[in-house]
Amino acid sequence: MLHLILFLLFGLVCVAGAVNLLVQRHPISSALSLVVVMGALAAEYLLLGAEFVAAVQVIVYAGAVMVLFVFVIMLLNAGEEERTQGSRVAMLIGIPGMLVGSLLVAWVLIQHSGTRSAAVGELPGPPKTLGWLLFHDYLLPFEVTSILVLVAIMGAVVLAARPESAQRTGRES
Amino acid sequence: MVPLSYYLVLGGILFACGVTGFLIKRNIITIFMSIELMLNGVNLSFVAFAAQWHALSGQVFVFFVMVVAAAEAAVGLAIIIAVYRTRETLNVDRVNLLKL
Repeated sequence: MLHLILFLLFGLVCVAGAVNLLVQRHPISSALSLVVVMGALAAEYLLLGAEFVAAVQVIVYAGAVMVLFVFVIMLLNAGEEERTQGSRVAMLIGIPGMLVGSLLVAWVLIQHSGTRSAAVGELPGPPKTLGWLLFHDYLLPFEVTSILVLVAIMGAVVLAARPESAQRTGRES
Repeated sequence: MVPLSYYLVLGGILFACGVTGFLIKRNIITIFMSIELMLNGVNLSFVAFAAQWHALSGQVFVFFVMVVAAAEAAVGLAIIIAVYRTRETLNVDRVNLLKL
C-alpha cells in the first residue's frame, strides 16, 4: 500500500514536471522542471529496486546533463520563446494528439498486460550484481561506449570552438 | 505492490509529453530537452520490465542509454552553439537554410 502511494506521489510529480516543461515559455524554467522530472524518476527507480540506476540517474542526468543545458542556455542568453505562425497549428494538433495517444496507450496497457505485481523485497538489482554483469557479459559494449564518449568529446570541442581560433591553430600546425 | 502496467503508463505519458514538446516548442534548446524527456520515459519502461522479469540486462541497457544520451547532449549542444553563432537565433522556424 505504501509502495502504491509512493508510486502515485512521485508519478504525479513526474507528470506535473513534464507538463510544466511544455507550458513554460522561458528555457531556464523548462530546464528546471526537467530536473524535477529526473529527480522524481530516480525515486521511481528506487521503488523498482534499481539502486544503481537511480544513483546514475541523479548523477549523470540531473547532475551533468542538466548542468550542461543550463550552461548553454546562459551562454546563449536565451530569452522568452517567440511564437511563430507554425507553432499555433502544431499546438492545435499536438495537444489533442498527445491526449488521444496517452489515453490509448494507457487503456491498451491496463487492459492487455497482466496485473501481476512484484514485491519490494524480491526485486533484483544490487550494484554488485549489476557491476559484475557490466564488466563480464557486457564488456565489449562497455568498451565500445568509451570510444563513443571519446568521439563525442572531440566532436563537441570541434563544433563549439570559435571559427577564428580554429583557423589560428590550423595556420600554426 | 504496483502492477507493471502503471509503470508502463507513466513511461508512456512521459514519452507523449516529450513528443508534444518536440512538436509545439519553437526554441531549439527546449526541443532538445523534450528528446531527453522521451529517453527518460523509455528508461522507465526498461527498468520496469527488468524488475518484472527479474532480468538485470534491462538495467544494463538503461546504463547504455544514459551514456549515449550524455554523448548526444554534448554534441547536440555544441551544434546548437554553432547554429547560434551563424544565425543569431534559437528559433527553429528561422533556421530554414542549409547554406550559411
